Amino acid sequence: MTVAVSILPEQQLAVLNAAYRQAVARRRWRLFLGTVVFAAALLLAAVGAEVNLRTLFTYFGNFVSYFDRILTLDSGQRVWTDVGEWLWGWRKWLKMLAETLLISYVGTLIGATFAFVLNFFAAENTSPAPWLRFVVRRLLEFARTVPGIVFALVFVIAFGLGPMAGVLAIAIHSTGALGKLFSEIVENADMKPVEGIRSTGASWLSCMRFAVVPQVTAGYASYALLRFEINVREASVMGFVGAGGIGQELVVAIRKFYYSDVSAILLTIIVTVFVIDITTGWLRGRLFGKEARA
Amino acid sequence: MRARYPDVFDRPASARLATPAMIVAAFAILIYGLVDLDFSPSRFFAGLSQLGWIGLMMIPPDPGSSLPVYLKALGETLSIALLGTTLAAIFALPVSLLAARNVVASNILRFPVRRVLDSIRGVDTLIWALVWINVVGLGPFAGVLAIAVADFGAFGKLFSEAIEGADQKQVEGIRASGGSALHEIRFGLLPQVLPVIAGQVLYFIESNTRSATIIGIVGAGGIGLQLAEQIRVLEWQKVSFLILMILVAVAAIDFISGKLRFAIIGRRAVA
Repeated sequence: MTVAVSILPEQQLAVLNAAYRQAVARRRWRLFLGTVVFAAALLLAAVGAEVNLRTLFTYFGNFVSYFDRILTLDSGQRVWTDVGEWLWGWRKWLKMLAETLLISYVGTLIGATFAFVLNFFAAENTSPAPWLRFVVRRLLEFARTVPGIVFALVFVIAFGLGPMAGVLAIAIHSTGALGKLFSEIVENADMKPVEGIRSTGASWLSCMRFAVVPQVTAGYASYALLRFEINVREASVMGFVGAGGIGQELVVAIRKFYYSDVSAILLTIIVTVFVIDITTGWLRGRLFGKEARA
Repeated sequence: MRARYPDVFDRPASARLATPAMIVAAFAILIYGLVDLDFSPSRFFAGLSQLGWIGLMMIPPDPGSSLPVYLKALGETLSIALLGTTLAAIFALPVSLLAARNVVASNILRFPVRRVLDSIRGVDTLIWALVWINVVGLGPFAGVLAIAVADFGAFGKLFSEAIEGADQKQVEGIRASGGSALHEIRFGLLPQVLPVIAGQVLYFIESNTRSATIIGIVGAGGIGLQLAEQIRVLEWQKVSFLILMILVAVAAIDFISGKLRFAIIGRRAVA
């Protein structure tokens, strides 16, 4: 099928063309301005962060050779030629790794429980009073904005060295992060069941229990699993400040230049993170099907 | 009804018990974990009272005479976040093309690229910071590089997902008009994915302000260095002031980048 393209008279066309060109010019001008501002910000940041390209280029060899060194055994051989020697401390490392996993598990579960209790107060549609919502929201915001490791630093001083500080830090951080996500799920929940249950004269608590919770549990579990994944990574560095787990071994190995140990511990961490990612992904898929993930 | 749908009325015992059993199992591991990790109640409550004291000593927040130092450190932190994220984005864009299914069809090339990105992402930013300190020495520059590397892994994955989600019709159109593979990417893919990518980069600058505050704890510059020092010497008033500064800075960055994101990709795309 042929379509006749109607050609506008010259005068009309000129006006439209001019408008088009003007619009394009304005867009280009804005893009240019944005680029300039961004470049200026980058330059300022480079000065602020004491970026020194010469240092980078002089020491870039160090970066490459660092990997060379951590992949070399004391005997001068490559690590993979003698796996037994490379992973000599695997019993100890696996124990620390198990501790890391336990820290993140306990921390996530405690955090998720608190988030579960608090999120109904933070959600717009279920909160019993506006002032309560405001308070709970600020609390959750505080808990997730202060980095977990800062909490860990403070807790190490209050509770002493060891995994307890790590667990509490992860629990608080998870409470903040999950509380926000949970309350967003609740805000998206259908309110009709709530009305139905309220019309029978039920209390606020039973409204939540019988109308909201059944709608949202799948989403909760999905987010909690995701959080667990993130927390495993976070728990792997809690040891840096003395809060337990594999990080303690790693920081010692890095600081004391036990090169092949660094790569061995890194390997165990990476493999663990992989395994956890895959397992939780599979679990999410199995528990909630494809549509619940979207 | 009852005869036709027996499952609805009398659920088998196994189905009814599944959820409580899972909950019990989950909490059993929790209890085991608490015991294994030395959670004695006495220690917990001793720590809590200690924490209460610390909280009291934090009031009022007071920078003492080192406010200029802290402001400079905060500037350093923001610089680290901005530079690190930008570097990561610049390097991740070409690599993410290699990791996207609709650009590189061969599995053999794509698989190793993805695994490398995964490995980089599996290592926490703090660990990267420690590695870079070994290379370029203590200071904010190590922080920039640490954030750049850690985000490179994350961006590579996110960008390649954005590219895979792009509409193939435009690319086919360019191929039909005789464009090369590079033309397909430049005119078919990039215009579609750039707004998405810009949104993600902005979001990461935001979240990196948070990460950048902590990499100072291992000596990679910024406000985390001050924070860790003040915590170690138990100057609680300064600690609370620093925490407040971080909170305000993060809120400000949140606000600004939210505005920018709206400006770049429009209000609808964000929601």
